[in-house]
Amino acid sequence: MDFVNAVVQGTLLGGLYALFAAGLSLIFGVMRLVNIAHGDLIVLAAYLGLTTTVVLGVHPLVALIVVVPAMAGIGYVLQRGVLNHTLGDDILPPLLVTFGLSVIIQNALLEGYSADPQKMDAGVLETASVALGPLSLGLLPLLTFAIAVAVIAGLQWTFYRTPLGRAFRATSDNQDIAQLMGLNKRHVFGLAMALALAVTAVAGILLGIRTSFDPSVGGGRLIFGFEAVIIGGLGNLWGTLVGGVILGVAQTVGATINPGWQLLAGHIAFLVILAVRPNGLFPRISG
Amino acid sequence: MAIFGANGAGKTTLLRSIAGLIGNEASQITYRGRSIGNARPDVVAQMGLAMVPEGRQLFPSLSVEENLMIGGRVNREGPWNLRKVYDLFPILEERKAQASTSLSGGQQQMVAIGRALMANPDLIMFDEISLGLAPVIIRDIYKALPGIVGGGMSAVIVEQDITKALAVSSRVYCLQEGRVSLEGRSDAVSREDIARAYFEVE
Repeated sequence: MDFVNAVVQGTLLGGLYALFAAGLSLIFGVMRLVNIAHGDLIVLAAYLGLTTTVVLGVHPLVALIVVVPAMAGIGYVLQRGVLNHTLGDDILPPLLVTFGLSVIIQNALLEGYSADPQKMDAGVLETASVALGPLSLGLLPLLTFAIAVAVIAGLQWTFYRTPLGRAFRATSDNQDIAQLMGLNKRHVFGLAMALALAVTAVAGILLGIRTSFDPSVGGGRLIFGFEAVIIGGLGNLWGTLVGGVILGVAQTVGATINPGWQLLAGHIAFLVILAVRPNGLFPRISG
Repeated sequence: MAIFGANGAGKTTLLRSIAGLIGNEASQITYRGRSIGNARPDVVAQMGLAMVPEGRQLFPSLSVEENLMIGGRVNREGPWNLRKVYDLFPILEERKAQASTSLSGGQQQMVAIGRALMANPDLIMFDEISLGLAPVIIRDIYKALPGIVGGGMSAVIVEQDITKALAVSSRVYCLQEGRVSLEGRSDAVSREDIARAYFEVE
């Protein structure tokens, strides 16, 4: 029973990891940018959520109304103001610049919020649960998983059913030719980053409700995001959800066996899959 | 108008420069009285210049119809729309949901032409229009050209096949090492002129 419970809880946890990963996957997919600061942007979103709940006295989920557009705006400005200048044939400059960005965000958060762990208060949502036979499922993990599925379905729909998604895919395929179609690639990249950070905002708020956070936790979230993306296969959003679930299940099952093994089990699952299927489980079939 | 010249003469460089993919001094390229040498490619596209690039260069992750629709993003007024492109190349309507990479080379060239037409450009530039295509396909594409250019649209064709280039154009230019080595009316230049311009036997 413990084992079944661990699998179910791990699956739900995987939803959160998929949210960490979705923005990362989107940015890499559209502009081949590996964003080292992604974890810190998640934490930034959590802090923005915290400030919003404190200042406006609203529930963390209501804070999404403020934080999602704020992060999207930050994403657009960041992309057009900084990151676009680093993109080119060389993949090193964006890596270095986003690494620097990561350091800057961490230190700015330290300066602004101190190193004390913080947490958002979501009231009964944190403890409420529904009984499913012998299992007890937390309402928050269930909600997180449902949001993750909805977000990924939404991204999938945007990518394959809208003119914006067409622009993303065309720009990803061939930047030069996409520009001949009248697409301003700087603007397209800005929109992609805005969308990615809007997703990051959701991830950050859910993270901040689930656990306490401090300015230094971004790196760990980045690793989970990377692992979920790579397990699922680069460029495949549903694969990213599966990757998140595999990671989550590995962690909770590992923790059931021995509490000290939680993180290790996740990393081992990642390494095993990387060894067996270097392209991930569901790599996008490219033409 | 047709442009020809040996490999490395600068034909593709010329077209890419006009399209804005290669940056230049603003004054080096003038279009309708505006200096566009340093304009961004998307701005040039909005001004009514479209290019059918060498080697088709369709978007592999877009279907045939999506490739055409993205061409229509420029959204200029004009006669061309999805319906008209399908009328011109009926095979594309049958294949509209397929991945663009699953088409034959000739069909891909049709998509690339349709994609450029969807922008309703005033000037359409074809880079190596027949490169890598079967002769029968080339004939079909040339047959379609008058219908394309008829509606007041100007065309620049880069072509290796000089006979074809002369037949469909009113003016020809020959490039050699980045310079114009011959220019004139297509019906007035002789084979000898062309050979001299092409190989610089002076």
